[in-house]
Amino acid sequence: MIAYTARRLGLSALVALGVVVLTFVIARLVPGDPAAGWAGPRASPEERARVREELGLDRPTHEQIIDYVGGVLRGDWGISVRTHRPVLDDLLSLLPNTLQLVLAGLLIGLLVGVPAGLLAARWHNRLPDVLVRSAAIVGASMPVFWLALLLQTFFAGQLRLLPVAGSWDADMLAQYPLAKVTGLPLVDALVTGNWPMLASVFDHLLLPALVVSAYPVAVIARLVRASVLDTLGETHIQMVRSLGFAERAVLGRFAVRLSWNPVLQLCALIFGYSLVNSFLVEAVFNYPGLGRYAANSATVLDVPAIVGVTLLVALLYIAANLIVDLVHAALDPRIRLR
Amino acid sequence: MTASPDSPASPSAAPARPSAARRTLAELRRSPAIAVAAGLLLLIALVALLAPWLAPHPEHASGATDTGQALRPPSAAHWFGTDELGRDVFSRVLYGARFGPTIALVVVVVSLLVGTVVGLVAGYFGGWIDEILMRVTDVFLAVPALLLALALAAVLPRGLVGVTIALAVTWWPWYARLVRSEAASVAGRRHIEACRALGLPHWRILLRHVLPGSVTPLLVQASTDIGGVILVASGLSFLGLGAQSPTPDWGLMVQQSQNRFMTEWWIGTFPGLAIMLVAALCYVLGDALRDRLDPRRTPRL
Repeated sequence: MIAYTARRLGLSALVALGVVVLTFVIARLVPGDPAAGWAGPRASPEERARVREELGLDRPTHEQIIDYVGGVLRGDWGISVRTHRPVLDDLLSLLPNTLQLVLAGLLIGLLVGVPAGLLAARWHNRLPDVLVRSAAIVGASMPVFWLALLLQTFFAGQLRLLPVAGSWDADMLAQYPLAKVTGLPLVDALVTGNWPMLASVFDHLLLPALVVSAYPVAVIARLVRASVLDTLGETHIQMVRSLGFAERAVLGRFAVRLSWNPVLQLCALIFGYSLVNSFLVEAVFNYPGLGRYAANSATVLDVPAIVGVTLLVALLYIAANLIVDLVHAALDPRIRLR
Repeated sequence: MTASPDSPASPSAAPARPSAARRTLAELRRSPAIAVAAGLLLLIALVALLAPWLAPHPEHASGATDTGQALRPPSAAHWFGTDELGRDVFSRVLYGARFGPTIALVVVVVSLLVGTVVGLVAGYFGGWIDEILMRVTDVFLAVPALLLALALAAVLPRGLVGVTIALAVTWWPWYARLVRSEAASVAGRRHIEACRALGLPHWRILLRHVLPGSVTPLLVQASTDIGGVILVASGLSFLGLGAQSPTPDWGLMVQQSQNRFMTEWWIGTFPGLAIMLVAALCYVLGDALRDRLDPRRTPRL
């Protein structure tokens, strides 16, 4: 296990380094002279030359890459052209909101997807199965921004049940300030007993989280169904059945346990996909997270900010993959030999 | 696929080789899902092709406006209503079939070609070539697809070409990894060694003896992926990073209707439905193909 962990850690570090280089390349794809953009349109050629030197653009590319990697490691991710603040500060202040949204979506995904998948497997090729399978196709093929608009119009616009946009009622913040404990607003409000704020945060989170959960629900339901059906065909399950266990017990006590494996394997993938899906949802609900930041930065070509978001999300995704692999290897010794 | 959109079983669809055509038809009859999904997708392709003749107001797809007819709800004259510039939403949705689905098709084909070459070389030759190529692939796969495409589309020139390049750069690693694992599994087999011993050139062994094993999983994956690419491409359009106004791209149409969604629901609802329909058909087709051609493989989502 130690050897496997070390190998897996090394590989992750290598990939992370590769992603840093990739973001460097993306930043250099911007058409035009970066020094001209930095110095402004009315800069004289001398000023531009001075900026080139300041930014290190006159040095060979490999030195620039090493400098850039060093900067990233030191926490110097550049200054956002749009907000004029260090990119890393911007990102870290927005990350908790996005994480809260994605984790809420994944939680709903598990709570709805697993029972739905079991239901479909229990009544294979019968009505529940057909319904779950159709719903899963619809859920996976819905453009997430469109689903967000539909739910926003219906629940916030027509029924006026939930707020249209934002992360909490702004006027409540003065009366019930939010203490920072974990950074996740929902958790902070809960642990500090800030009930009015908790209700507000929850109301604002519910619709976006439901939209984000559409994909995880669909994927998890399909996955659980497929792997339970796979397991049900195996001989040891047939033996359990022949011993006289009821179908409920066969499913709930024996088959489910084995079908966790594929779900766990795809956890990181679902996390990554939901994370970037939440970007589109944030844009619709004007929810202050990484996605709105990325979308705003992309439209004005704020390169340090775009590159920063890409890097941060990639690092999160690499970490998620690493954790999933290690958990998987801890549970299933066969993995360590691969 | 020899099915024609109106009647999958029509004999006119049969080319010169009746036996192959009959086999395909028999295959389609056994799996109606494939026939229906492929038929509907072909129908959509036909709509894209014939949009100038099918659309009641083809001029509304290319910048013409009719402000006297602005914001009309769906009616007999305007099936899907009109937008704030009085453009017929139905015509624009029909024309939209020319953008998102075409981008997706081009992206998947280009990614297939690049990914297959990289995967074949890595899997067949192995060693340090494999190691380098697969680590590069890992780096691309470490950034979730939508985000990598977003970053690339942001720095590339705005427009359809920029999005297509951004998405192709994002998508090829999936195929590279798939082909690589298939190629690596056959590379050590006896018949490949025999080919080498006979002195066949590498490219010939790769094309004739290694590649065929990957065709089925590639086909299944590609048909599902067209749906995935359409969703990501429409997301980029929605963020303003894809097609630019007045292109009747579905994602862009939803974005432009965003502020009116609560009052004039029809402007954004129909383009969104179109995206969903195409993506769902691709998923159904991919699923059915997998069941039919590759039953032992559990779904990879």
